Amino acid sequence: MKLSPLNVETDTREHLVVIGNGMAGCRAVEELIARDPTRYRVTIFGAEPRVNYNRIMLSPVLAGEKCFDDIVINDADWYATNGIALVAGDPVLAIDRAAKTVTTRGGLIETYDRLLIATGSDPFIIPVPGNDLPGVIAFRDMDDVETMLAAADAGGAAVVIGGGLLGLEAAHGLSLRGMKVTVIHLMPTLMERQLDEAAGWLLKNALEARGQTILTGADTAEIVGDRKVEGVKLKDGTLIPAGLVVMAVGIRPSVSLARDAGLAVGRGIQVDDHMVTSDPAVLAVGECVEHDGQVYGLVAPLWDMCRSLADGLVEKPSGYRGSVTSTKLKVSGIDVFSAGNFSGGDGCEDIVLRDASRGVYKRVIVKDDRIVGAVLYGDTADGGWYFDLLRKQEDVSGLRDLLIFGQAFASGGGAADPKTAVAALSDDAEICGCNGVTKGQVVSCIARGARSLDAVRGSCKASASCGSCTGLVENLLALTLGDEVQAGARTMCKCTSFGHDDVRREIVAQSMRSIPEVMQKLHWTTPDGCSSCRPALNYYLLCALPGDYVDDQQSRFVNERMHANIQKDGTYSVVPRMWGGLTNPRELRAIADVVEKFNAPMVKVTGGQRLDIFGIRKEDLPAVWSDLNAAGMVSGHAYGKSLRTVKTCVGSEWCRFGTQDSTGLGVKIERMSWGSWMPHKFKIAVSGCPRNCAEATIKDFGIVCVDSGYELHVGGNGGIHVRATDLLCKVATEQEAMDTCAAFIQLYREEARYLERTAPWIERVGVDYIKDRIADDTEGRAALRARFLFSQSFSQDDPWAQRAEGAEREHHAPIAHFTPQEEPA
Amino acid sequence: MTTADWLDIGWVDEIPVRGSRTVQVAGGDDIALFRTAEGKVFALLDRCPHKHGRLSQGIVHGGAVACPLHNWRISLSTGEALGEDKGCTPTIPVRIDGGRVLICRASTLKAAA
Repeated sequence: MKLSPLNVETDTREHLVVIGNGMAGCRAVEELIARDPTRYRVTIFGAEPRVNYNRIMLSPVLAGEKCFDDIVINDADWYATNGIALVAGDPVLAIDRAAKTVTTRGGLIETYDRLLIATGSDPFIIPVPGNDLPGVIAFRDMDDVETMLAAADAGGAAVVIGGGLLGLEAAHGLSLRGMKVTVIHLMPTLMERQLDEAAGWLLKNALEARGQTILTGADTAEIVGDRKVEGVKLKDGTLIPAGLVVMAVGIRPSVSLARDAGLAVGRGIQVDDHMVTSDPAVLAVGECVEHDGQVYGLVAPLWDMCRSLADGLVEKPSGYRGSVTSTKLKVSGIDVFSAGNFSGGDGCEDIVLRDASRGVYKRVIVKDDRIVGAVLYGDTADGGWYFDLLRKQEDVSGLRDLLIFGQAFASGGGAADPKTAVAALSDDAEICGCNGVTKGQVVSCIARGARSLDAVRGSCKASASCGSCTGLVENLLALTLGDEVQAGARTMCKCTSFGHDDVRREIVAQSMRSIPEVMQKLHWTTPDGCSSCRPALNYYLLCALPGDYVDDQQSRFVNERMHANIQKDGTYSVVPRMWGGLTNPRELRAIADVVEKFNAPMVKVTGGQRLDIFGIRKEDLPAVWSDLNAAGMVSGHAYGKSLRTVKTCVGSEWCRFGTQDSTGLGVKIERMSWGSWMPHKFKIAVSGCPRNCAEATIKDFGIVCVDSGYELHVGGNGGIHVRATDLLCKVATEQEAMDTCAAFIQLYREEARYLERTAPWIERVGVDYIKDRIADDTEGRAALRARFLFSQSFSQDDPWAQRAEGAEREHHAPIAHFTPQEEPA
Repeated sequence: MTTADWLDIGWVDEIPVRGSRTVQVAGGDDIALFRTAEGKVFALLDRCPHKHGRLSQGIVHGGAVACPLHNWRISLSTGEALGEDKGCTPTIPVRIDGGRVLICRASTLKAAA
């Protein structure tokens, strides 16, 4: 007999031994520690040679979205910090209740005062010939995932037996990894335990569209192969070749240890409301238990059980009363939700909504004016609300007509505002199903200082597992942190209670002419605004009063005031305009001369096809500009909320694929639109053919030339949130392309909010609105274009030339020099 | 008029309202002079306590300036960062005499060194 190395002779505390290092076992210990961190000495035995990880997240690991480290729940530090001994990779094989010991495969014997069995469940392997061939695996632990990844690397075909959640996730992961996947499912529809027939059918179609083969009503006869798997034979004689077979037909509570030890076992290890088995010294929790005749295979009931268990361990018994479960899942990226009873029955009525074009199916089952079940496919946003109504058994007769349209409509909100929906949830509504966290718990965690999604995940674990509740948590953050978040969205800044659109409307309606006038008439709360509102007001007035408004330089951000880009060391970078990305020896010589004359430490080619000269001191800027002007170059406005570049490819003049003169058109458009001030920076590109070398489809305005004319695209962005353009319209001539461009710029100038790029603006107003105003309204388009060109007649004075001639000298020259020991000059 | 204690820098009107000018100090950092909407003149070391941004290039509003690099707001009278941010930039006493701006010689030397 080996003596346990774990016995700490001096530690006289009761010894709690946990069999199972999985989600239930560790959660139970976490709950215990939260209540009383010192009461028990704890030893955990795990069959796998790993720390505690989130089994639910094996699918993302298989799909390549996460790695093992991402799904660890408690790392080695957690065990050490809490004084927990972990015996990993050495499974417990026997329990001796008389001697109160457990024995491992490695021969280790450990005594216990209290024993907790959290062995979870075992995958069910169907009893067919060949089920023990190499290459036949389950989908239960990290080893299985590693086997699948190795098989996927080798390529070829895989068969997944079982069309439940686990099977479909295995199929999805293997399919993403490049294998040809066939799913064999015994029942007529997929996921029949979670989804009704209609939703199961939608799911099957969606998965088939992604390249998987789905065989329903298919019964496996045998797994064929010589020394390793070669295929699966169905009872109808069909043979499906495969080098890997994943069995995912179900799980069974893992009860053999308990049964061998003589504990009462039914379908699972039988426990009372405090998770105590037929032996008072032995407890059990998780998927291996049977409580009140029920066994559970989902994670949410497990959290409830662990709470009751821990309450009992610290002698403050609460009692587990069973769980009503709901399932909110992403199956291969498709949202599905189900809760309660959806098989129908006497007195059950169905309310169904189908939106085939959006791929949405919703069914709510009502009995005696109470919701008894719900199935949602494609749009699961209201799942939590239905589940809440179901659990509380609320009378829904009052909102029955609107019930199916979801919470926002049924509560009278009209448009679906997710924040309103979250605000209306009760405090005990479940937000995170994976970790069993209620709205009340999330809110109190935010109130205690968790001010970001990561902080919430770190402190109460909401949204830390599958992530499907991330939107809900973000809305709770916005609601709880309230004022600042909302004020930012609604008012221009803290200086005013008006929003951007209100201010703009009033500037025009009341013919306001200056920033102080706007602040006075709109009751600004600060004497002269702030660095947020002043630049915005300056722009709105400039846009409303072309040629008339006197630009307020002190309300410009530094770059626009200095007509160059400030760098972190306080020097500036200078980008002269290169029309359409074209240059010539004279310009290049001038740039080279400037670089040498002013000792610029770096010159860089920008993404917008120009040259950027770095490290110019503010005092030298006018002289630099003077030299560049002399070579015919003007400001590139690389610093402004204004037209930046017009990027072009070489087009029909040189390129064998070019369909139109994209370079020439780019130069013309840049000549037309340079110098205009806008709500934010604005980038244009012209590509000479659909190969799109100028990347026109991630620009604010992009032109793609085709044989028959010009495709005009709008609202692209290549920044933080990459957004491809929307097609605005197609035109036949260069002139029409330029006119449409001018009209679009003017609409953006007049209607977007300050610092709003075209991409979010178009997302906000909808591309149809833009089409209505530009493509479909000939007169409106002409008027917009005319207003743009009128405004341009005042803005195409090169600001560099003015400064080079001495204008606004105070921005560049110091007021005085002072040399210690001498007097200021 | 420059004295042993005060340096004569220039006319108040040479500093734009809600704007700034700098004094170059040989061998040291610049001093930034600010003129608020109310007409008050302040002097600070031209260096944000955060990442050393040139405060003289920021937007002046109320009694504060927003640093051009990361929009920290610095009080013109105390040099302290306002709001959630923490940090302080040295201030230099200013006197207006007959429309001329005078700054404290000792503080200038100490701050700019």
